[in-house]
Amino acid sequence: MTPRAIAELIQSKFKPEVAEITEFGDQVSVLVNKTRILEIMSFLRNSSELYFDYLTDLCGVDYQGRKNERFEVVYHLRSILHNHCIRIKAAIPEKDCKIDSVVRIWAGANWHERECFDMYGISFTGHPDLRRILMPDDWEGHPLRKDYPLKSDLGEAEWKGFKEVLETVERNKKYEVR
Amino acid sequence: MDISSFYGFLGTDTTDFILRMIIMVAKIAVVIVIALLHVAYSTWFERKIIGHMQIRLGPMRVGYHGLLQPFADFVKLFFKEDIIPSSGDRPVFQLAPMIALFATISSLAVIPFFNDFVIAKNMNVGLLYLFAMSSLSAYGIILAGWSSNSKYAFLGGLRSSAQVISYEIALALSLVGIMVLSGSLNLVEIIEAQQKHWYGMYVVVQFPAYILFLICAFAETNRTPFDLPEAESELVAGYFVEYSGMRFSLFFMAEYIAMIIMSCIAVTCFWGGWTLPPVVMKALPFLAVVPGLVWFLLKVYCHLFLFYWVRATVPRFRYDHLMSLGWKVLIPLALANIVITSIVKFLF
Amino acid sequence: MLKKKELSINMGPQHPATHGVLRLVLELDGETVVKCTPHVGYLHRGTEKLGENRTYPMALPLTDRLDYVSSMSNNIGYCVAVERLLGIEAPARAKYIRTIMAELTRIANHIVWIATHALDIGAMTVFLYSMRDREWILDLYEMVCGARLTVTYPRIGGVRCDIDQEFMDSCYKFIEDFPKRIEEYETLIDQNRIWLQRTVGVGIISAADAINWGLTGPTLRGSGVAYDVRKAAPYDAYDQIDFEVPVGKNCDVYDRYRCRMDEFRQSISIIKQCLDKMPDGLVLASEAPPYDMPIGKPRVMPGHPMGEILPGELVEEKVPFDELYSATEVPKGELGFYFVNDGTARPYRMRIRAPSFVHASVLPKLCEGSLVADVIANIGTIDIVLGECDR
Repeated sequence: MTPRAIAELIQSKFKPEVAEITEFGDQVSVLVNKTRILEIMSFLRNSSELYFDYLTDLCGVDYQGRKNERFEVVYHLRSILHNHCIRIKAAIPEKDCKIDSVVRIWAGANWHERECFDMYGISFTGHPDLRRILMPDDWEGHPLRKDYPLKSDLGEAEWKGFKEVLETVERNKKYEVR
Repeated sequence: MDISSFYGFLGTDTTDFILRMIIMVAKIAVVIVIALLHVAYSTWFERKIIGHMQIRLGPMRVGYHGLLQPFADFVKLFFKEDIIPSSGDRPVFQLAPMIALFATISSLAVIPFFNDFVIAKNMNVGLLYLFAMSSLSAYGIILAGWSSNSKYAFLGGLRSSAQVISYEIALALSLVGIMVLSGSLNLVEIIEAQQKHWYGMYVVVQFPAYILFLICAFAETNRTPFDLPEAESELVAGYFVEYSGMRFSLFFMAEYIAMIIMSCIAVTCFWGGWTLPPVVMKALPFLAVVPGLVWFLLKVYCHLFLFYWVRATVPRFRYDHLMSLGWKVLIPLALANIVITSIVKFLF
Repeated sequence: MLKKKELSINMGPQHPATHGVLRLVLELDGETVVKCTPHVGYLHRGTEKLGENRTYPMALPLTDRLDYVSSMSNNIGYCVAVERLLGIEAPARAKYIRTIMAELTRIANHIVWIATHALDIGAMTVFLYSMRDREWILDLYEMVCGARLTVTYPRIGGVRCDIDQEFMDSCYKFIEDFPKRIEEYETLIDQNRIWLQRTVGVGIISAADAINWGLTGPTLRGSGVAYDVRKAAPYDAYDQIDFEVPVGKNCDVYDRYRCRMDEFRQSISIIKQCLDKMPDGLVLASEAPPYDMPIGKPRVMPGHPMGEILPGELVEEKVPFDELYSATEVPKGELGFYFVNDGTARPYRMRIRAPSFVHASVLPKLCEGSLVADVIANIGTIDIVLGECDR
């Protein structure tokens, strides 16, 4: 099936849940409500004509100040049997920062959801083992959020010897090949 | 055991006694020095052999083609800091490598190197003594694993104890055929018994036992493919993971001496020791000018080469496969060999 | 008094067999693994965050550092993704060159894999044999771009520089001689009884489970699923090349090993076809963005190729977010890049779907109930590189 047809099928099946369908190139994304995400996902996984048995990827996106709801969880689904794919997105407001876990449908979602929790602070209800994964257990903050500082405010005193390195770089600039 | 022969060297004359003692001490010194030199150069030999098998050169820098490499290694290990884990069992930790080394070194006492050159000449329980000593060296390994207070070392020690106990049995059983044929446990007499036959080597009639013995020897010495106690990729280094410097090198020496001992046993029991088969001597009588030691060492070197060759070729066994091989295959085969040998001996 | 207690050992992050800084906490009952908990993240460098703060061409070298044993494939995966996002079409010659490079990388990666896998299981000689042959491929890399490990040779819209006849000749020689080397590895381990005992029936994961866990690449194909991005969604020159996707059927470590060995031969055939068909022409598309483009305030009108930067001009109106997920078949599996683009020269969100990350997550399933020695075999068989896993 073409992605467009899949999106329309989802829309016809879960009419009030689908908020938006966008297209770029040959890829279609369906923005759905997060409340019934588990139901939609089970349908996509189990219906014989769609049969999305393979969760390619799951990740979060932070649209701070760019969209009404701050976060989105993005699911990339693919059916190895039918060789078609679709992107499902679920918007998550900052205040109610949680969504149902899909680990029971795709076991491979386990670490993706942990990473999403680690990086964005979105918690997945029903996840068997929701811990930080890439960052240390005692880390504060969620690094991939847009308001997370890219660099500390210590300036050039960031680490010992940083200034010397900058000076060396300045000195050696004349040797650079342009 | 014949007591009079064992205490025979005491004699009645004191000067005779002192002379015998001096000769004995000199013999021991010569054997140990030569054995340690062999250890040094068998490491070099191993690195060269495996290097060339693996399309590289092995040590090349220290001396001509790395000939001085063993001494460089020794100096380096000797001057390294001796680290003892603070939570380990200190006295046992220090004792363990010594047990391993002394148990293996004392095995040298009964090996006949050439025409009657044996330290304990009339030891008529020679083979049993060798088995005892090789089991004793397992203590060193187990205690090392235990006293390090490290989980990896402990696992290595456990594996080793299970492995040595299992393969000890098959090792001993594989040599029973030799005992039956020669009617002796004395290694010199075993060699003499082989000379009575035209082929002069028990490997001809005891070939299955020889193969069994080799497999068990690999396991006893913790060499590839049975190097589970020190499996590098699983247990990092196994029982000696916490050892460094000189203590580590004691284990290292113990392993290589054990390898040499095993080769010596194989040569003595199956390849006729320092002798050549009578049929060969009859055909090429001029070979008699070559001293027996040369033949002995050549045969030992071939076995050492085999150890290295196998190391470069095969992967490592898994623990359960190792156990099932030992108990389900090797021991029944060794028992079958004993039965068949006994029947044949009885009939002819 | 006897008390039964599981021994918990900590395997890694510094351990010779964990391929980097993977840490496994194993609960052992004797030699049997009762529970296995992987811990990753020791090599986390924030590649995704870094990518969001760099222009598209500037983020390219970051991808080298993901899977550092097959950096070329990562570069290609990234370039293909950005090309699809920006609507740039690489010239045919560049596509063929990239296909050759991708397959050379596949061979190099599988060489490293077979080397470390065999070394873990205890076959030391294979390691040295295969490292010799990896040198050969690295020399080919060096010949074409001067770098050996972190190459950054492909560019968005093509490749950096053209290949010459000398490279072509060396490549022909390589594909002629390399099959003999594969046979050498196979002589050493293929029928070796100990190798068979260590690999056959070990680390079994059924086809349905493998898909469910999101495994890709040879790790999935060993379970008999013929899913290959090169076939499912072709990129570069793969749609014009004839090749097969080797699959296993017993779902165990040995079949995954066989799959990778067969992929060597397929890769050689792909390289040969590419060399034979090599078209003439440019190697870099004319609309390719310059790689020293400033990070300052580049803004691109939506729909325009990257080259046309409006100098210092901000696009004030809210541009729609373009989203694109692009997958390529790197040696380890499916490497996906998911971009959210808001019309600037930098990705709003750069997500890397790393195969090693997914593969590492399946370790508990493979290891629990098996022996310690099988843990090593399992870590080897899923072929992970922690640089990619931790990103």
